[in-house]
Amino acid sequence: MAELTGQAQAQQTTSLAPKTDFPLLERRVHDKRLVYLDSASSSQRPQSVLDAMDHYYENSHANVHRGVYAIAEEADAYYDSARVKVGRFIGAPNPATEVLFAKNATEGLNMVATSWATNNLSPGDAVLLTEMEHHANLVPWLMLAEQKGIELRWLELDDSYGLDLSGLDRLLDGVKLVACTVMSNVLGTIPPFATIAAAAHAVGAVVVADGAQAVPHLPVDVGALGCDFLAFSAHKMLGPTGIGVLWGREELLDAMPPFLGGGGMIRDVRKDGFTPSALPWKFEAGTPPIAEAVGMGAAVDYLSALGMQQVIDHDRQLTAYAQQALAKRFGDDVTIFGPEGTENRGGVLSLKLGDVHPHDLAQVLDQSGVCVRAGHHCAKPLMRRLGVNAAARASFYVYNDESDVDALVDALEQAATLFG
Amino acid sequence: MADLEDLYREIILDHYRSPRNRGELPTPPAHRTEGYNPLCGDEIVVFLQVDDGVVGDIRINGQGCSISQSSASLMSAAVKGKSVAQARDLIHTFKSMMSIHESRLGDAKPSEVFSVDRGSLGELAALQGVVKFPVRIKCATLSWNALAQGLDEIDHGIDGEIDGEIDGEIDRGTG
Repeated sequence: MAELTGQAQAQQTTSLAPKTDFPLLERRVHDKRLVYLDSASSSQRPQSVLDAMDHYYENSHANVHRGVYAIAEEADAYYDSARVKVGRFIGAPNPATEVLFAKNATEGLNMVATSWATNNLSPGDAVLLTEMEHHANLVPWLMLAEQKGIELRWLELDDSYGLDLSGLDRLLDGVKLVACTVMSNVLGTIPPFATIAAAAHAVGAVVVADGAQAVPHLPVDVGALGCDFLAFSAHKMLGPTGIGVLWGREELLDAMPPFLGGGGMIRDVRKDGFTPSALPWKFEAGTPPIAEAVGMGAAVDYLSALGMQQVIDHDRQLTAYAQQALAKRFGDDVTIFGPEGTENRGGVLSLKLGDVHPHDLAQVLDQSGVCVRAGHHCAKPLMRRLGVNAAARASFYVYNDESDVDALVDALEQAATLFG
Repeated sequence: MADLEDLYREIILDHYRSPRNRGELPTPPAHRTEGYNPLCGDEIVVFLQVDDGVVGDIRINGQGCSISQSSASLMSAAVKGKSVAQARDLIHTFKSMMSIHESRLGDAKPSEVFSVDRGSLGELAALQGVVKFPVRIKCATLSWNALAQGLDEIDHGIDGEIDGEIDGEIDRGTG
């Protein structure tokens, strides 16, 4: 279990969670310390999460909802309690019925674009998106536009990498659904989601939140956000791959047809039809990722022990340190695609260094053991808006500290020299 | 451990900083093919002027990482003025050099690996080091795939003004 590294001043130079809690961070690459700065893509797992999953497999695994014997009941208890734990983590009013386990955030968003849209979106209906969305919260709506002829509208970036809300009311006119990120995976921007949600509800629109970056890094409460759906993934929040969550308001989920058909989501099956199950099982067909749910629950435990306000404060401290270090070392040669300061942003730093291509940047950084992502970050419309094909991105999380930022800056200098 | 000097050799950096044969050719009579690497956003446009079975002129446009752009520049210098048959041979040789990685994945013994006529490669041999960085192989082969597609389309009389967009993963059988 995480031991809090202590007081606010200690957080300045140390990581929030001990690196030693994360076995993978012991690795060396190219004979250098591994400096992992790609948590926005996927995070690392603490030993406690790995232990929880192993313990489940070694002691209690059986299929859920199907067995009467002792370990089947144990498996049920593990799975159900993981669901409730995750639900409480996001402030769900009804965790036992509103938290749906899915493969990942992408699947969760696709569930809304299929199951919810089936009865709620008709040809010509309008959906409002933003140009900073990840493809997971774009492509399903683009698919609907192609298949069903729905109209897509866009909230655009303003001059400081936020959203331009000046035309919000006009854009919302007649809109049935608003899909928006709670934190951008490229810019780090945290848009004023609650404001957008309130405006959306005022015109009777439903609001879908992409929480893939936010839930791991910010205190998130679905009531405070005002969203009707929230999707997020375990592997970005210290949990295992292969599991994520779609949270939805109970009355919306009740009215939606099932997503996938199969066992576990039915009350009755006859040759001439079937009756779906009640929530949440209606949306969980087949054997779910039980061990992964256990892992996700353990990840929530770990994060809760740190405190989500501490998590975002720590991310922001590192971001500020990085912003200053980059400005000092590179001046105008570095461009950060994201807001200045730390108030409306999280610990995601996409940057451009001179004319060095992000791919080459990431390659040189790799030689120093520094892991950053280079590419379009599954946000091609955003890349176009920024006027680039690709960007290099560093992201911070609970196990990072200032020495990681120092390593990043030093390695960037090497890249500048090689390609200068 | 592969180090950066294997990847970023002087010739590569030279062709990246001063790419040869940049620009466009009027289409028609030239033929235009696009290549795109969706993983990282590398883009290549290859303009080919083929007359009487000879690559009379070639231009490269687009943007991307040092490997994709230098490979395109090296390619353009290598095929310009060659016959189409020679160009196809070069494509084949180059891609074999790049796909040595694949054969190693299958635990092939060194003798089973297709032996590459390095002599015919000239400056292109500088890109050898890319195979030690498998993720970058697609960067290096991007322009070559576009070239191969362009030559195929010219062969089949396909209108070169229509964007023939491919991604770097398609293995053109001839190459």
